[in-house]
Amino acid sequence: MENATTTQTPLVQLSKVNKYFGDLHVLQDIDLTVMPGEVIVLIGPSGSGKSTLCRTINRLETIDSGDVKVDGRPLPAEGRALAELRSNVGMVFQHFNLFAHLNVLQNITLGPIKVRRMTKAKAEERARALLDRVGLSDKADSYPAQLSGGQQQRVAIARGLAMDPKLMMFDEPTSALDPEMINEVLDVMQDLAREGMTMVVVTHEMGFARRAADKVVFMADGQIVEVAPPADFFDNPQTARAQDFLSKVLSH
Amino acid sequence: MFDNLAQIAAALGSGLWVTVWVTAVSFFFALVIGGVLATMHVSPAPPARWFATAYTGLFKNIPLLAVLFIMYFGLPKIGIALPNWQWAIIGLSTYTAAFVGETLRSGINSINLGQAEAARSIGLTFGQSLRNVILPQAFRTVIPPLGSLLTALVKNSSLVLAIGVTETSAMAQRLINDTDVHYNLWTVIIGVALCYLIVNLPISYFIRRAERRAEFAR
Ligand SMILES: Nc1ncnc2c1ncn2[C@@H]1O[C@H](COP(=O)(O)OP(=O)(O)OP(=O)(O)O)[C@@H](O)[C@H]1O
Ligand SMILES: [Mg+2]
Repeated sequence: MENATTTQTPLVQLSKVNKYFGDLHVLQDIDLTVMPGEVIVLIGPSGSGKSTLCRTINRLETIDSGDVKVDGRPLPAEGRALAELRSNVGMVFQHFNLFAHLNVLQNITLGPIKVRRMTKAKAEERARALLDRVGLSDKADSYPAQLSGGQQQRVAIARGLAMDPKLMMFDEPTSALDPEMINEVLDVMQDLAREGMTMVVVTHEMGFARRAADKVVFMADGQIVEVAPPADFFDNPQTARAQDFLSKVLSH
Repeated sequence: MFDNLAQIAAALGSGLWVTVWVTAVSFFFALVIGGVLATMHVSPAPPARWFATAYTGLFKNIPLLAVLFIMYFGLPKIGIALPNWQWAIIGLSTYTAAFVGETLRSGINSINLGQAEAARSIGLTFGQSLRNVILPQAFRTVIPPLGSLLTALVKNSSLVLAIGVTETSAMAQRLINDTDVHYNLWTVIIGVALCYLIVNLPISYFIRRAERRAEFAR
């Protein structure tokens, strides 16, 4: 983050991105740049388009106009090239989406074995190291249904990391969790941020945004309304929309 | 009533053997074709989806007997000549495949969309997600309905007597029509029923077991 210089190409660059769901203009002229090592936290009211924005970056959602570049290359339309790009962009979902029929180790090794063509032994060795890192070394043989939400989400993070992604995206990773499990997930994310992982995080956890973000991007009604370092954004929001939003979320 | 019991048993037994292998081979091909159809149904390529929809619409709305007649009587006219047992297998499997395809498709649709998104997000291609994530999960939910299709196929296979394949029902017909020996009608009819029960009851039993196991796996 400190060494982000002008010679680096942005890892993600969205320019003039527009998307409609029927009549609903969910993304309106979105410009967003994510530099390598940067941690971007996306916040905004429900329905403002945060999830949709994230999902356009790995093309889980297609766009209607504008362009999305990852690592300097325009997003491939379909097929192998797109799969290859997605393998470099990790995604953590609100509802974990662990593969229900596979145990924890198999969840983490599936991508490395099938996409990276790694041997099973090597993939498992790395998976165990990742499990250690997220504090779940004793759960390798468990099935997702046997784990708590917080544990499932940490496995999902390990599954993403197993691909050695250039970017990790998190779409409300703690919103489906019981309060006592939120911190175990946020701690793992904060460690990742500290180690220099490039991250795009949608969250309602303002404490996390303050501590971990390099930039806060505030969205409302399909537009990016404000972009600022967290201290500036939280202490001195510039727009009425942001002030209004913050007064609602910080009051409790 | 028990006259000629040995001959009746022998005749029905040989018919039952034909029923069993014709059904087994047809079901195998129905699973293969149905698997392809289901893949086409959920494919991102529109022509594949159109083909699957057209195929399914066609075979679900024509009686099996008509399918068999079209193949057995019609296709030889345009130069495709095959022995009748092969037409029986082709007819039964292409017909059943439409239902297998629908069953597999609904199995696929019963899997949470998030599973497919997670699969794509780690870089699996469409085919890889289907093979490694979606189908193995869908498979569990489709075992009971596929089992019902199999028991239906066992019964449907009796229709191939109409194109001259001597399976169980055809054998029964022969026995009943045999004016030289006068086999007891009731013995033959009960024998036929027993033949189908011998095949279908175990299948039903295994379906019920699989259903119960699937519930535990949830
Ligand atoms: N597949 C879809 N089809 C139609 N409308 C959709 C679809 N997905 C999202 N929307 C709509 O698009 C808008 C933006 O949705 P999005 O999920 O991006 O918002 P969000 O900012 O992530 O909200 P939340 O905080 O509730 O997750 C919402 O009004 C939503 O109802
Ligand atoms: Mg959302």
